[in-house]
Amino acid sequence: MTVTTQPPGTGGPTARPTRAVLRDSLTVGVSVGISGVAFGAAGAGAHLTVTQTCALSLLLFTGASQFALVAALAAGAAPVAAVAGALLLGVRNAFYGMRLAERLQLPSALRPLAAHLVIDETAAVTLAQPDRRTARLGFTTTGVSIFALWNLTTLLGALGADALGDPARYGLDAAGPAVFLALLAPRLRDPHERGVAAAAVLLVLAGTLLLPTGVPVLLALAAVPLAVRRGRTAR
Amino acid sequence: MTVWTALLATAAGCYLLKLLGLCVPGRLLDRPAVRTFATLAPVALLAALTAQQTLTHGHHLTLDARAAGLAAAALALWRRAPFLLVVLAAVTVTALVRLA
Repeated sequence: MTVTTQPPGTGGPTARPTRAVLRDSLTVGVSVGISGVAFGAAGAGAHLTVTQTCALSLLLFTGASQFALVAALAAGAAPVAAVAGALLLGVRNAFYGMRLAERLQLPSALRPLAAHLVIDETAAVTLAQPDRRTARLGFTTTGVSIFALWNLTTLLGALGADALGDPARYGLDAAGPAVFLALLAPRLRDPHERGVAAAAVLLVLAGTLLLPTGVPVLLALAAVPLAVRRGRTAR
Repeated sequence: MTVWTALLATAAGCYLLKLLGLCVPGRLLDRPAVRTFATLAPVALLAALTAQQTLTHGHHLTLDARAAGLAAAALALWRRAPFLLVVLAAVTVTALVRLA
């Protein structure tokens, strides 16, 4: 991913050319957008109707929560528990929004529209841009391209699920974590952030053994205060 | 609660969370603790999601084809491969390991 080569504040050019921002945004947009096919297949596998699966991509539009909700419903969890798990996963978008708000400086009339596009990938691309212009361009391009493709491929995935068979057979279940790793990679150069990531991995794995679905990822947030405290004592 | 109710409730809740983040007053972010947390929270969440989707199944830890796929993705990232190639490497290696 090209955004990995130019993290902000490490010698990247202060005025990035529009073309470079568009290229990064569309690369993320296309590769993440087409993974909607895996979600469409997952929805069909959970015995949702094509309309329900497509409604999730249109209205919920945050991959991790969509997968979590569908997986919980498929596993036969109580709908209330399924909703709670998906909502807990959605909390991180509020944190992305806080960071994005100061970077994008959006007029308040645009916020309700922009809010729908606040997801992992738009946050990662936007926060990697050096200034407001490129941040806005990256946010819009990434968000719109993912939204369009994700919804189109969700429909195709849902319709084709029977023909496709088990998406795991095609390794499609590895697309999600690969996307997350690619988004995380540029942040791992900083030793402090590496510490946060390592602690988060330990917390989520331990939490998986003990806690209800959806909660371990939130438990991993405890890595932040833990790492901050450790950083302070080290100083 | 029907499937549709669950679906719409989640959609409404997640949308409000997104909007809340965008509308939190800027001065809240000026507190160093909030700023640190907002900067580092995505790192923790992305790391956790990566590990969870690679190494767990239900409430169990597993080491299966997905781990091989993620290793391929990591290698591709290290070689500075484009994003699409990173995802393709993960998907292909995972599928191949399952075939083997």
